[in-house]
Order: sequence, then C-alpha cells, then structure tokens
Amino acid sequence: MSVGQSIQHDSAKLHVSGRATYIDDLPAPADCLHAAFGLASCAHGRILSMDLAPVLESPGVITALTARDIPAHNDCGPIVHDDPILADGLVQFMGQPIFLVVARSHEEARQAARCARVEYEALPAILDIPAAIAAESWLMPPVQVAKGDAAAALAAAPHRLQGHATLGGQEHFYLENQIALALPREQSSLHVHCSTQHPTEMQHGIAHMLGWAAHQISVECRRMGGAFGGKESQSAQVACAAALAAWKTGRAVKLRLDRNDDMCITGKRHDFAYEWEVGFDDRGQLQGLAITLASRCGFSTDLSGPVNDRAIFHLDNCYYLDALAVRSLRCRTHTVSNTAFRGFGGPQGIFAIEYLLDDIARHLGLDPLDVRRANFYGLPGNESCTMTHYGMSVQDNVAPALVDELAADCDYAARREAIACFNATSPILKHGIALTPVKFGISFTATHYNQAGAQVCVYADGSVLITHGGTEMGQGLHTKVAQIVAQELGLPMERVRLSATDTSRVPNTSATAASSGTDLNGQAALDAARKIRKRLASFFCLRHGLKPGKVEFTLDGVRAGEVREDFASLVAAAYRARIQLWDSGFYATPKIHYDAGSLQGRPFFYFAYGACCAEVVIDTLTGESRVLRADILHDAGRSINPALDIGQIEGGFMQGMGWLTSEELVFRKDGWLATHAPSTYKIPAVSDCPPVLNVKLYDNANTENSIHKSKAVGEPPLMHGFAVFFALRDAACAAAGRAVALQAPATPEAILRAIGELP
Amino acid sequence: MESKNMSQRPIQFWFRGRLTEVRDVSPQRTVLQWLREDIHATGSKEGCGEGDCGACTVVIGSRDDSARGGVRLEAVNSCIQLLPTLDGKALFTVEDLARADQLHPLQQAMVETHASQCGFCTPGFVMSLWADYESRDAAPTRDEIAGCLSGNLCRCTGYRPIIDAAQQAWQQPACKMDRQPLRATLDTLAAMPALDYQSHGQRFIAPRSIAELARHCEAMPQARLLAGSTDIGLWVTKQLRQLGDIIYLGALEELKAIVRQDDCTEIGAGASLSSAFSALTQDEPHWQELAQRFASLPVRNAGTLGGNVANGSPIGDSMPGLIALGTQIVLQKGEQLRSMALEDFYLAYQKTALAPGEFVRALRIPRAVPGRLFRSWKVSKRQDQDISAVCAGFALTLGDAGRITSARLAFGGMAATPRRASAAEAALLGQPFELRSVEAAMAALDTDFQPLDDMRASAAYRLMVARNLLRRLWLEHSNNAPLRIAEVSA
Repeated sequence: MSVGQSIQHDSAKLHVSGRATYIDDLPAPADCLHAAFGLASCAHGRILSMDLAPVLESPGVITALTARDIPAHNDCGPIVHDDPILADGLVQFMGQPIFLVVARSHEEARQAARCARVEYEALPAILDIPAAIAAESWLMPPVQVAKGDAAAALAAAPHRLQGHATLGGQEHFYLENQIALALPREQSSLHVHCSTQHPTEMQHGIAHMLGWAAHQISVECRRMGGAFGGKESQSAQVACAAALAAWKTGRAVKLRLDRNDDMCITGKRHDFAYEWEVGFDDRGQLQGLAITLASRCGFSTDLSGPVNDRAIFHLDNCYYLDALAVRSLRCRTHTVSNTAFRGFGGPQGIFAIEYLLDDIARHLGLDPLDVRRANFYGLPGNESCTMTHYGMSVQDNVAPALVDELAADCDYAARREAIACFNATSPILKHGIALTPVKFGISFTATHYNQAGAQVCVYADGSVLITHGGTEMGQGLHTKVAQIVAQELGLPMERVRLSATDTSRVPNTSATAASSGTDLNGQAALDAARKIRKRLASFFCLRHGLKPGKVEFTLDGVRAGEVREDFASLVAAAYRARIQLWDSGFYATPKIHYDAGSLQGRPFFYFAYGACCAEVVIDTLTGESRVLRADILHDAGRSINPALDIGQIEGGFMQGMGWLTSEELVFRKDGWLATHAPSTYKIPAVSDCPPVLNVKLYDNANTENSIHKSKAVGEPPLMHGFAVFFALRDAACAAAGRAVALQAPATPEAILRAIGELP
Repeated sequence: MESKNMSQRPIQFWFRGRLTEVRDVSPQRTVLQWLREDIHATGSKEGCGEGDCGACTVVIGSRDDSARGGVRLEAVNSCIQLLPTLDGKALFTVEDLARADQLHPLQQAMVETHASQCGFCTPGFVMSLWADYESRDAAPTRDEIAGCLSGNLCRCTGYRPIIDAAQQAWQQPACKMDRQPLRATLDTLAAMPALDYQSHGQRFIAPRSIAELARHCEAMPQARLLAGSTDIGLWVTKQLRQLGDIIYLGALEELKAIVRQDDCTEIGAGASLSSAFSALTQDEPHWQELAQRFASLPVRNAGTLGGNVANGSPIGDSMPGLIALGTQIVLQKGEQLRSMALEDFYLAYQKTALAPGEFVRALRIPRAVPGRLFRSWKVSKRQDQDISAVCAGFALTLGDAGRITSARLAFGGMAATPRRASAAEAALLGQPFELRSVEAAMAALDTDFQPLDDMRASAAYRLMVARNLLRRLWLEHSNNAPLRIAEVSA
C-alpha cells in the first residue's frame, strides 16, 4: 500500500527535466504587461514630492500607479491593517514600495522604476533592537507570562547566572522570487496565479484592496519554487499590486520581483536579543528563570504577534520549568516587516534555553548534554513534572529515550573524549561537539486556522483528481495526500493526481504553514475519499447481491470475500447507477484551545521530537569552521513517506545550520540591507553538507489520532542546526580555554571574537 | 569603413540539434532572457540574475581538439551571458537531456534519490552535473562533485541526495552525447567571417585575431571590452546599464593561449579562469586551494584571468597570488606592447594604468624556482563561491642560511586596490624565517593597511586575519599539527 512508502515526489520527473511549470513559466497572454515596484530610498520619512514624469516617459511604460490609484483599502496586512501596498506619504523602511510601474516588458518596467524623482523629509529612524528598546518603540505591548514564583526561586537557588545573547535574522532565500500573474476575466473578476502559501489570504487581500467580494477573485498556485514561510503573508503585496495593475489596465499583468528587490522588500526571520537570570542546582537542574526576549518586528504588525507568542511557547523546549517569568518585547523598527519563517518564532524561543543550559554546564564544568538531560520533562522520580508554562501537559514525551538512543548510536561520550585529546595537541584547529534535542508544538496557535477542506473527484473511468487547500512548496504535500487517497481507494499512485490549489475549488483555506499541511489537508482528503468509498462499498454489495459488510479496496481491486471487481469497472457501473463519485472533505483539529490574552491552554495537538549531534572544527587563525559529522534522530511519528520526511529533516537541518553560521543580514546605518543578494548573503552551499550525515527516523506512532499516526515534519528539524552552533561554541571554548559567549550567526568573525582574538 | 571581411550576419550557434540563427535582438540580451522570454524555453530558471545561484545553468559547447570528440562542454550561468557570445558555439539546456519520456541517467538518479523538492534549482544542478558527466569516464568522488556543484544553490534538500545522485547515475549504462555532428557544425561556424552584429543601435564585434582586436580598440576606444561577462553581465541585469558598443574577446583563440616559457608562464588575457588556474597549479601546486575556492566552476568557466585582473576590483582573488609571484602584466595598444609589474597596474580604487584604446594582452607569471615558498589563501564566510573578506598571496625565497632573500606579500580586501604589504615585507627581508621575524611582519601589517568595515567583515577582523595568515605561513613551514579545516575529519 502507498502510505508508509518512500514514493517519489509527484513532480520529480518534471523537476529534473525542466518541465515543471512555475508561474513565470506559464504562457502569458500576448498582450501581458509587466510591473515593477519603485522603491523608497529613505528608512523613515515623509514623501514631500514624487515626480513620476520621467517614469512615464521611460520606454515601454504604460502607466505608473500610486497609493491614490487603490480604490478601496491600501493594505495587505494579514491580521492588523497596517501594511500599505504602496506607501502613502510616509516611508517606513528603506526599499519600501512607493509606486508601481506597468510596462510592456519586465526590463522596461524595472528600468523605469528607477527614474522617479522623489524628495523626502527624513525622520529619525529606529533600525535595531537596542535602539527600539531605548526608545520603547513597541509594535504591540510587551507580553508577560509567569509560572510559579521565579523571583523567589532565583533567590533560593544554589547557583545563579546572568546572561545575554543575540540571534540574527534570516532571509528565506526561496530560489523562486515572489511572483504573481493577474488575469482580468469577465464580469469584473480576476484570476490570479500567485506563488503563495496562502491563496485564500491573497484572494481576500485583493478583494479588500479593490472593494470587491471574495467571489470575484480566484487565486491559483500549482507549486512554488520554495517558500519556507516567506510566501505566507509576504506574497500579498505582490499579488495585490499585480491585481491592481490588471484591474487598472484591463490587461494581464505579471509582477516578478528581481532577487535584490525581493530581498529588500520582503520580511525575514525575526532577529532576537535575550537577557536572563537563571537559578540552578549543582547538577544544573533549573530552579527559576527570569528572561526577556526582544525581537525586531520591523515597521508593521504582519505575523509578529503569533511569531513572538510561539517563541514564548517554545522557551521550555524539552525542559521542565518550575518557576519562570518571561517578558516578550515586540520592537517596532524602521526596517522591513519581519514575518513567518520555518519555525515561526519557535526556534528563537528554543535558542534561548539551549544557550543558557550551555552556560550552566560550562559554569558547573559539566557536559552540556548531562545538564540538558537533568532538565527533561517527566524524569523518573519527577513524573508529574509535565506542565508547561502555558498550561498544557506534555503527555507524549519521548525526548529522554530519543536522546539516549542517539547518544548511543553516534558514540557521543567516546567522541567527546577523543575530541578533548585532539584539542590538547592541536593548537590551531579545535574540534567541538554538541547534542541538542527539540520538542516542537504542532498546530497553528491561531486555533481557527486548524481546519482544512478537500475535494476528491473520481471520474467515470476510475481515475482520481484531488484538490485540497494546501499548497506545494517542495515539501511533498501533494505526494503525501495522493498516497493517503490512493490507499483509501485501493489505487496505484498513477491513478491519482493532484490539481493546482485554487480558491475556486476549495474555499476558506488556511496557510500551508505551521508544519500542518499533511495533518490538515491529508485528513480532509481522507474524509472525502471515505465518503466516496462508503458509497462505492454499498453499491458493490448491492451490485453483487451481498449483505452489507466489509468491503476492501485493495490494489487487487474492490473485494468482499471471494467477490472482486476492478475499481474502474465498479466506478463505471456506479456512474450509470447515478451514484455520486466525488465528494468534499473537511477536518478541524480536535482538542486544541487557548486564551490569546493569557497564553494559557492547549495550543498544540501534539509535539514532534528529535535530536541532533554535530561535530565541528574551527580554525582559530581565521575563525572559519566546518561541520565534520552530524547524526540526527527524528520523530516523524509513523511516517507517511520516509524519503520525503528525511528530505525535510536534512533540508531543515541545513537551513538551521546556515541561519546560525554563514547567513548574516547586515543593515547599513542608513537602513539599506547591505546583504541583499546571494553574492553577499551566504546560504549553505554543497561543500557545507557534512561529509558524514546520518539521518534516521525514530519509530514512534503519534499518541494522538493524527493522519495515519504520522507527525508533522516541516519545521521541527530546523532546530537540529542548533547542534552545529553549540558544537562551534564548544570548540570556541576549547580554543579560549574557558567559557566564552558566541553570537549567532557564528560567522568566522564571530568565532574569532568569541575566542578573544578580536575586540 | 570597417574591414569588409566582417559581415553583417546573424548570431549563429548550435541549439536543439541544429544550427540556429538569431537576428534583431539587442546585443546585451542575456542568454536566459532569450531562452525564457523570446523562445519560451522555460526549463532554465532565474534565481538571482547575478550568476550566484546556478538555477539558470546551461552548458556551452566549443571547439577544443583536446576534448572528447573535439568539443569542450562547460557549465555557465546563462543569466549573465550575453546572447551574441554564443556565436560559433553550442548551447544546451535542461530540455536537451531527456528523450521523450526517457530520462538521462543523471535525471533518473535525481528522481530515485529524491534529490528535488521544490524543483526550481534542479535544472541548474542537472546541467552542472551533465557537463561533468560528459567530461569523465568514471563516477566522480564526493570532492569532485562538490567542485562541480560549487555554483549551484539548493535551499530545500541540504544537498546530500544530489551528491548521491551524481554518483548513482554511473550505475546505469553510460549515455554520452555523440559529438561528431556538433563538431562538424562548429567547424563550419568557425569558417564564417567574424561576427559584427548590430541591433538596437548597439554593435557587437567579435574579432578573431589580436591584430583585429587592436585595430578595433584604437578605432573605438569607448567600446566596452567583454570577456566572460561574469561582472559586466551584472551591469546589465542589476544596474540596467546600456553597454554601448561591445568588443568581445571570447572568439579570439590567439588571446587564450597559455605558453610555458623557461622563466615564466604567459597566460593570454582571454584564457578562462579554469584553464589559467589549471596552468598555474601545474607549475605551482599551492595555487590549488585558491583555485578551488575562486568563485564557482561556472564562473571560472566563463570568466577570464585577464578579466579578473583588468577589472581591478580590490577583492579580485587572483591578484594577491599573482602579485606575490612577481607577475608582469602585458598591455597592447595598436601594435605597441608594454609591460609592468602587476601591482603598478592598479592606481586607485577601480582605476588602472590602462590607456584609452589599450587592452590587457597577457600575464607573465614567473615559474617556480627551488627555495620559493608560495601560498595564496582566501578567507570568507562560506567555502564555496564567496567574496573574500581577505585574500592573501605570499612568496618568500629562502636562502642557504634559512634567511629570507626575497619577500613578496600581497593582499586583497585590505585596501582600495590589491596591494603589497611593504612594511611587512621589509620586516622579513634578510631575516631568518622564524617566529620572531614573522611576528614582526605581522605587527607591521598595521602600518601597511587601514582596511574598511563592510558587510563581509570588520576592519579589525581583516587585519587580524591578515596577520594570522602570515602566522599560518610560518606554521605550515615549521609545524606538523593540522592547520586546515578541510584536512580533518570526525
């Protein structure tokens, strides 16, 4: 059967032969126009004048649009309406779109976009977290969460440490830049092809902008060339702008961002700064923690609220905290509006506790892994210690067993000793090792997002077409959903196809995000397939004169006892008998609830777990580093597709590693992003792949009734990159001969600074 | 006005199994624009438009008697190659590999190892691997694969399955291209008159001899000289500049010559970085490390050593090593040749000694002699395809008594031009090669350089690393402990 098999990605053959179509590959109408944004060259200021005459005179230009051309609402914010599609008078970050040129070609539009004469009255710009804290520049009020009495616990603790750390942001660097193609249709309607994780939000955003009803807009996406959270809310500006231009001109309009523009205009992972005081005992067991998390949200709300909430929810990672006081600062800055990125704040929460546990171990002279182990939820003797700081009990905890298995498999203890020996005789190169676990909460924290719809069409010839609300960004969602439906109907994979995600086929969809794509859409498709199967089973019994009973749908056909019939033949007969052969399905995640004000409740259906051990080497002359080996053990529940899950795990690990090592966002003093292209922003390349990389799935059926007992796998593996960071810190400490701080990303310069070679 | 043997003919190249002619496109239209927008061949993708991500990778075929079937196949970034540079060559894209539904072994292996996720980078990976597959007879090693894919970024997979696919493809029966018809066509094209293409008010001339080049340069001193377009391509795609008239050096076989003389290797300005580093490494194996980390393979295939040097960027990676070795740069104007020490060629930030109408003819690099210690190292945030924070070239000659009889230390990323560290050199000259003198030289670097802070590194880091690279030079000479992160394993 198909579920549980390592079936190839449904588009794999198209990918390798260049036949997979992305939006820019779609044949556009012959008279299609092309748009480009004009960008502000001021981080914060009033537009005193904007002369677009030179833009309009530029070759090939049809028109140039400003905020005043937007008929209803100049806003594409996903939650709060504070995200202008085109800045209207006030510029809030360097590179903010201030007008839109429409021209005959992509090149002409880009050329013209640079011709505007704009005068600004510069206003003071707050660019980073320290400046925002100093000015108390909050995007939303600070949030506090407390469990127990942290102050008292700190006062009573045998040891106390104060600490701080910084963690950089991250550019998504999807290979396909943001793009939308808007096609005017009859009766005041628009069909928009958009590379987006959230077609429904694009639909509503465009309708909101034009003052139209949702049923006038349809949004379609067959596949994205990568997304990683960067095409959840951030695709809206591009979709809206293309739609605006199509509405204005009455012609098809394509808006495809150039890489540099994309990197300047679109939001990134929130960078964070932390300060804490932690109390602990001689074994490193946490007694109390008071911590402040501050994040750079940028100029608008976007998804910063739930991102910062998720950071709070993940502060515990795998560890029991008896007394905790968290303060979360959501800084408003005059920079691009930071957004969803794989993990959605969770990684930034986990980083803090991993960092301070590492601090504690170094302070006590213990192995950091021992300190981590001493703090796990529900340890023997403390079985009742399962309550998180948000009021949800951790009931599916496998972290201790999983970590034990990985530590044994990768020979952690012996290698730590060998590394100490190596370092003792190697003055220039130093090795380091770390083993870090992850526990990640699965579900959208916005409870209402945890719903999905699907439509399964069985055609009269027995072939099957599925549409669901989820989008394909490379993760293999469509493949998994096809496996689920194929298994339910007893069909080989080639009889089941996925169509593009389209708001006119399945409405009111949620973003494909929060790792939940298969959990939600797989269940919805299963629901639809089951309805069809049930009708077919009844018809089968009727047709073969059987009493209603168990009918199996297998690769060998539909059967009950000795009676069998080909699926196609049964379907053909059912059609003639006027049996409904298609159906819709729906799913809403059970059990979850929480209070958005107090952040208390059960925000997550279940947790996914994993752990990674990484060994690195650093060069103390240059600060350069290399990962020598990584071992990962990951809990994908009962995997629906092990190969695709391993792909997510490896890809997530590398993306997490890149975030914490070579990927550095540098803003100039005037607010320009200096690292706005792959020439200066360095994601991992092929030789960064560890020469030894062992990835295994941890056999662990989900205790909750998830789709086929699997677990979501999109985001949790990103945290495996933490093992690399803490291994680098381990090596830096070995080089310095003492505990040293290391900032993230651990660039060569950061490593030299850590070991004291630099001021 | 111009010589009559340059005809107004279309751009002609081998494409999709036959000779293709292109007229009426702008001379600065990129190969990728032509593919995707003009003929709607959308398999090749645009990821960055600056030759840094590899989603647009295509393979260029050119005549080369030393290659199999007389055709050399090389991966390049189509987003920064200008279409007329294809004249006389062959262009292969991802659409060329599969026959109907029969995938090429590389594609099949990519499918089987789950080597694509979003698939957007995949065509570029396939083409880089295909150029490599065609050039070898046995499965590549992991290091060879990494070298081959140094110009391709994937954000989804983490690369492991792609590396596996590159090896697994060799378990299937070989599937090599028949190059005979291609070579015959390339020969026909080579017999055509040199390209002198005009469209959209721009002229693109591709002379075939140095004499012709010299004449054009004198007649059109304002014309832009174009070689690999790994930098000028970005003027088009990122700065949206009009290049004006273009004199293309890529059709000039004479300018690509690499001649080994007794005392020096002379590398024609048009030799690709790949060929140039291959020649340099043969004579001096310590070029190898820099050669591997210089940009990426597609950039080294397209770009030229002459271009890197003439461009004069303070962060060009070839110059520190070349200056350390005492390289002479040979310039030509009309029939006049002159040469100078490479370090003297650089006058100020992006300002060179090149006169109007003059061009770089060749580089003369002194050959290895006993007693010469040479290293060239770059330091950057990433190992593959990055721009140096600091790049260093060191050449010391050790005399009989272990004294340093000549010291040439050159750095990139430390000043407005690639420059020698004269104070540090003075601190070493005549001294025994030992820690004390090295430390004196390290300290002297503070007077040699006042580097800048930028997004790659701070000034303090650059100075520290420059010093530490000198220390590494000493340690490599005196010490057995491991010094290179590439050389250790878990």
